[in-house]
Amino acid sequence: MPTEPNASPRGTDAARSVRFEAQVVPYLDAAHNLAHWLARNPADAQDVVQEAMLRALRYFDSFHGGDVRVWLLAIVRNTFYTLRSRAPHDALHDELDDVKHPLVDDGPSPETLTLLAVDVGALQAALEKLPPPLREVLVLRELEECSYKEIAAITEQKIGTVMSRLARARERLRDELTCRPKEVRRHDVR
Amino acid sequence: MMCDDAGLLLHAYLDDELDAADSAAMARHLSECSACKARYETYAIMQKALSEPTLYRRAPDALRAQWTTPPAASTVVPLPARRRAPVAWAAAAGFAAAVLLSVPAWLHWMPTRGTGDAIVAQAISGHVRSLQGEHLMDVVSTDQHTVKPWFEGKLDFSPRVKDLAGEGFPLVGGRLDALEGHSVAALVYKRRLHVINLFQWPAEGGSVPQATTQEHGYTVIRWTGDGMHYVVISDVNEADLKQFALAFQNEANPLMSR
Ligand SMILES: [Zn+2]
Repeated sequence: MPTEPNASPRGTDAARSVRFEAQVVPYLDAAHNLAHWLARNPADAQDVVQEAMLRALRYFDSFHGGDVRVWLLAIVRNTFYTLRSRAPHDALHDELDDVKHPLVDDGPSPETLTLLAVDVGALQAALEKLPPPLREVLVLRELEECSYKEIAAITEQKIGTVMSRLARARERLRDELTCRPKEVRRHDVR
Repeated sequence: MMCDDAGLLLHAYLDDELDAADSAAMARHLSECSACKARYETYAIMQKALSEPTLYRRAPDALRAQWTTPPAASTVVPLPARRRAPVAWAAAAGFAAAVLLSVPAWLHWMPTRGTGDAIVAQAISGHVRSLQGEHLMDVVSTDQHTVKPWFEGKLDFSPRVKDLAGEGFPLVGGRLDALEGHSVAALVYKRRLHVINLFQWPAEGGSVPQATTQEHGYTVIRWTGDGMHYVVISDVNEADLKQFALAFQNEANPLMSR
């Protein structure tokens, strides 16, 4: 990639744009995937990505090495929460309640799940029902294939927290998939 | 290990995040405890289900066009109307458009179709073959100083071998393969649990521009550099594979052929 230390401002801008396009834009799919699962609708997801990419472009000069994907996904996540807190009736009320949801893992039979899990529609609906802190770790782990360390960096959490949230997320998802029609589930907040 | 400990470690085990000792302890517990074993299998099924490609939401074309240099470097495809912060958006749009216009047109990551598709098809079958049976590697080593000399006398050229572990792509070995009737060097790299095959052979004609192709869930990137043709293929996501290509092309990396 050409970089010209003493180039004119215009030349510097061009070189910077080339670097941005080569290094950051390849992660547009990753950015969009995370934004989609956080926002849960196409229009909002595009808003989040567009805003996040503009922020990334603005911060790009202060990015020195490291993992571009982790850096960009952290920006996407922060952008989502910032935009969402600005929208009044979209307030953050599906907080994660570790105390009220003790870790009880008495799983249903695997056979039930085998039948349900192949249904992508059900899987998508179940994933969308998870509260954001659980949904994001699961999306980063299973769809984006991030390591625990990467998830910890993106979500600004300790690895231990990532582990316990991931465990909780999988339990909830399994419950959603196996006992869907019965009982109004108390975490069905939108 | 008790079931209580297993409950949490189960997930780290499933994600291949445990160290060797914990991993062995977990495997032992799973072989002894049917309850944890059943739980583990349930989560493994769920993990498999979540890898269904349709759940991964790639960026729509309109969005990609906004951030990619168009072939003619002049048109910016507008996004559908935004519903919030119109003022901020207008300013931002001007900014983005200005940036796009300043990007030279020679840089293109746009997928090309119709050229060299035979190579792509052969790269895919070479990759798939390498994952079946025992023929992934003839020389198994993470050391470029072992892998490179292994090719000597087996090919009429000297392949470039780099370890890219520092960039997250550890070298794991190499083998001989064939593409379009050429004998080629195949280097095998890993990205997390995915295998990456990099094929290379001497370029006889001129250089061709870098091209990216998606086919059957694989990404194939081709380029020419320093008299060599390179074709890299994997099922990792496209961005990762592009990062791999950049890392391999980067002259700052230690290079065996010097
Ligand atoms: Zn047990």
